[in-house]
Amino acid sequence: MGHHTEVQAKSKAQYEYDRHHNAVHMRKQVINFAIMIFLTFLAFAVVVAGFSPMFIKPFILLLAGIQVVLQLYSFMHMDDKNGHHIGVISTYVWSGAMIIFPVFLAFVTVVWW
Amino acid sequence: MEETKFTPQSWPNHPEQATAEGKNKFVGIWIFICSDIVLFASVFATYLSLRNKGPAGMEFTTQSLFELPLAFVMTMLLLTSSLTSVYAMYHMKNYNIKGVITWMSITVLLGLGFLGLEIYEFYHYVHIGFGYTQSAFSSAFFTLVGTHGLHVIIGLVWITALIVRNAKRGLNLYNAPKFYAASIYWHFIDVVWVFIFTVVYLMGVLG
Amino acid sequence: MSSVAVSNKKGFGAVLWDYLTTVDHKKLGIMYLFAGVLFFAIAGVEALLMRIQLMVPNNDFISAGLFNELLTMHGTTMLFLAATPLLFGFMNAIVPLQIGARDVAFPFLNSLGFWLFFLGAIFLHLSFFMGGAPDAGWTSYASLSLYSPGHGIDFYVLGLQISGAGTLISGINFIVTIITMRAPGMTFMRMPLFTWTTLISSTLILFAFPPLTVGLFFMLVDRMFGANFFDHTMGGNTIIWEHLFWIFGHPEVYILVLPAFGLFSEIIPVFARKRLFGYSSMVFATILIGFLGFMVWAHHMFTVGMGPTANAIFAIATMAIGVPTGMKVFNWILTIWGGSIKVTVPMLYALGFIPSFVAGGVTGVMMAMAPLDYQLHDSYFIVAHFHYVIVGGIVTAIFGSMHYYWPIMFNRTLSEKLGVWTFWVFFIGFHLTFFLQHFLGLMGMPRRVFTFQADQGWDLYNYISSIGAIMMAVGVVLLVINVLLSIKTPPVNRRDYWGDGRSLEWSIQTPVPFYNFKQTPLVRGFDPCWLEKQEGNKEMMTYAEPLGDIHMPNNSILPLIMSIGLFVAAFGALYHPDGVSWSVPVIVIGLGITVLAMITRSVKDDHGFHVHVEEVIAEEQRLYGKGGNK
Repeated sequence: MGHHTEVQAKSKAQYEYDRHHNAVHMRKQVINFAIMIFLTFLAFAVVVAGFSPMFIKPFILLLAGIQVVLQLYSFMHMDDKNGHHIGVISTYVWSGAMIIFPVFLAFVTVVWW
Repeated sequence: MEETKFTPQSWPNHPEQATAEGKNKFVGIWIFICSDIVLFASVFATYLSLRNKGPAGMEFTTQSLFELPLAFVMTMLLLTSSLTSVYAMYHMKNYNIKGVITWMSITVLLGLGFLGLEIYEFYHYVHIGFGYTQSAFSSAFFTLVGTHGLHVIIGLVWITALIVRNAKRGLNLYNAPKFYAASIYWHFIDVVWVFIFTVVYLMGVLG
Repeated sequence: MSSVAVSNKKGFGAVLWDYLTTVDHKKLGIMYLFAGVLFFAIAGVEALLMRIQLMVPNNDFISAGLFNELLTMHGTTMLFLAATPLLFGFMNAIVPLQIGARDVAFPFLNSLGFWLFFLGAIFLHLSFFMGGAPDAGWTSYASLSLYSPGHGIDFYVLGLQISGAGTLISGINFIVTIITMRAPGMTFMRMPLFTWTTLISSTLILFAFPPLTVGLFFMLVDRMFGANFFDHTMGGNTIIWEHLFWIFGHPEVYILVLPAFGLFSEIIPVFARKRLFGYSSMVFATILIGFLGFMVWAHHMFTVGMGPTANAIFAIATMAIGVPTGMKVFNWILTIWGGSIKVTVPMLYALGFIPSFVAGGVTGVMMAMAPLDYQLHDSYFIVAHFHYVIVGGIVTAIFGSMHYYWPIMFNRTLSEKLGVWTFWVFFIGFHLTFFLQHFLGLMGMPRRVFTFQADQGWDLYNYISSIGAIMMAVGVVLLVINVLLSIKTPPVNRRDYWGDGRSLEWSIQTPVPFYNFKQTPLVRGFDPCWLEKQEGNKEMMTYAEPLGDIHMPNNSILPLIMSIGLFVAAFGALYHPDGVSWSVPVIVIGLGITVLAMITRSVKDDHGFHVHVEEVIAEEQRLYGKGGNK
């Protein structure tokens, strides 16, 4: 309980390893960011380029999906195995995603006039 | 409560989850986000079924209203602010309060820029007659994008409060989870916006 | 610092302040319980008035308009403001004890959840005194409620919005508590069934309340701020409300019934004196029911005209829910089978529950068939069905658990003798009231009618039904008397009151100290209390840590202030469509109070406090006398 924890000085090797690891991780995040920017750009580009909507709609939805997974797993650290109960958290996130699927399906198919 | 003084050497590598309270906050913010997913989904689904629906002879459609350049700039601002808050968390791991404050402040500025553009957009629509009560379409549009905007405002107030409160006293294991939770929340706002710009704006322009 | 080493006698003001600011899950559990009983009584009186009106044909005991208000408030209150808080009361009081935690994960939010619920409920009930209660049914379909004059529906929307926020917050709190606060050794698959069902039901709250929030918000802006979500002349669609409401509404019944299942899964093994049969299949069935609960909402809307494909899909998904529920029923029966059964009052309720709930479930599967539903829709058959499920499933669980957990919650006991009387009066009354309503429905009596013509063959059944309702009321009065009498009973002051307790909460000596466990327990297997008793451990608990300082959260008045802010703002919104000049300022002031309280909470550090070893020993001596709780 509580928020007092043992304060442990890291060994020099551990400290340097952590610093290095954090820096490498940050570099990965920047690459992920570049990918996200690229995906966004691509989504806007195909719309502006005026391809067939039959192609554009599923394509940009796919891009959005990829981008969201990137956000969740890199920026929001769902890939971090050390996260507290991260397995339970992913279960909840994906349950939420699963539950909203029939909601969308119903609202675009059986709410009609 | 005695404040433990940390050095970069003694600072844990997962400061946001080093205490029991931090762990609770970490799980808590995620569980909250799960419920927010369903909240946005409900508004989204409603928007999809009310899109372009209005009184007979309504002249407003997604195609006539939305302008991609504005949506693009807003997207870039919010996406970048997501990265800057990642930078803030990077500096938090390295026990660098200056870095945290700087990058969080940049995040707030980018968020303010986004919010400004959104307010401009709303003002513009109301000005040309597309007000909240104009049609089912307008109600659904303003509610969806406005709910997101409200989340942005809450995020900005939250992060600003954290910056003001903690700029002087530095990092400890009590406020690290708070910064972390705020940054997770901010990323989530970006996640929602990805769907908004795709489904509302891009697919709106397609008609 | 808080209540450590404070003498027993405190002034009324101090006690009141303690309850207004408390973050202790045990006190909040008691507050939920009493708030729930209050609203249960109010809604019960409403039901009684309706049954008196329907006792004879062409009755004019109450007017049609008042009848609509009563039926709306009865449904709304029973589901949101009675059943939910009563179950929350048990969750709060028992779950932390079952998992070996000293408090919930977010004690502050726990308190906030209670006050939001309570003030929302009060707000809703003020409607009776301020120009008329809501009158569009608890489902408040938009096609009706948009055109309901007066402020009734506005009270419904705002009151439920506030109390719904409270419920959602409590749900999040329970989920995080169960995920992170379990004692060492308490793995997921060692958690008692009540903890499991609390987890799953809180998860349903997590996913189901946002659609309600959204639906209520649409209704709020449609009625008060001129939006057009449901107004078809402006392009809106009234069916959207029905979808959003039932996406929430169907999981809501599982939110209520799953904890009830959990409570019975605690009671039955104790009094059958056998391990719960099929524990892992019980867990699996709970999860499956929770999941399927989200896939079936449109079976409430078969007659809307969604088309045969949608109806068929939702019909099949609905019938599928019968499978995991059946698993549970068989597991309970097989737990009792061959057990050494002690028929105490809680066990009596459990034995009454199984056949009653099965009856409700079977009629549920009947209505799941879309073609048949066209016949049964909006008839008294529906009324009979959901009362069999709710009274037969949830109310029996609540009454039984009151007897079962009273010693832990209050260190007092409810009378067994009076309890047996209560059970029979209530149980017979319940079947009298609702069994015949099945046939009234099949004979064509529509629900929600304020009166009916004589000589359609409905007279006798309605008369008997009303007699049954009066018997139920007598049963509830007997229970209240039992509660009042319990004040005078001698304190329990022991562990394992029932003698056959299995889960961790029975290992604690009552009265439970405010820190619950002086040392965090080590859970060495499923049913830890039983396990330790089998090994001859007199303390019924193995400890995971030596006696040390205990960290506890501080009390706070901020949750109450935040809730009052929203309560004030709701009045501003309520009178907005009347065009009064003060409506917007009142909204701003109310929200301002809430936001200021939130910022205060965020900026002011709250580290809690430590109970030192000497204080723990002193507290143990005060509670249990010399020698303490060894």
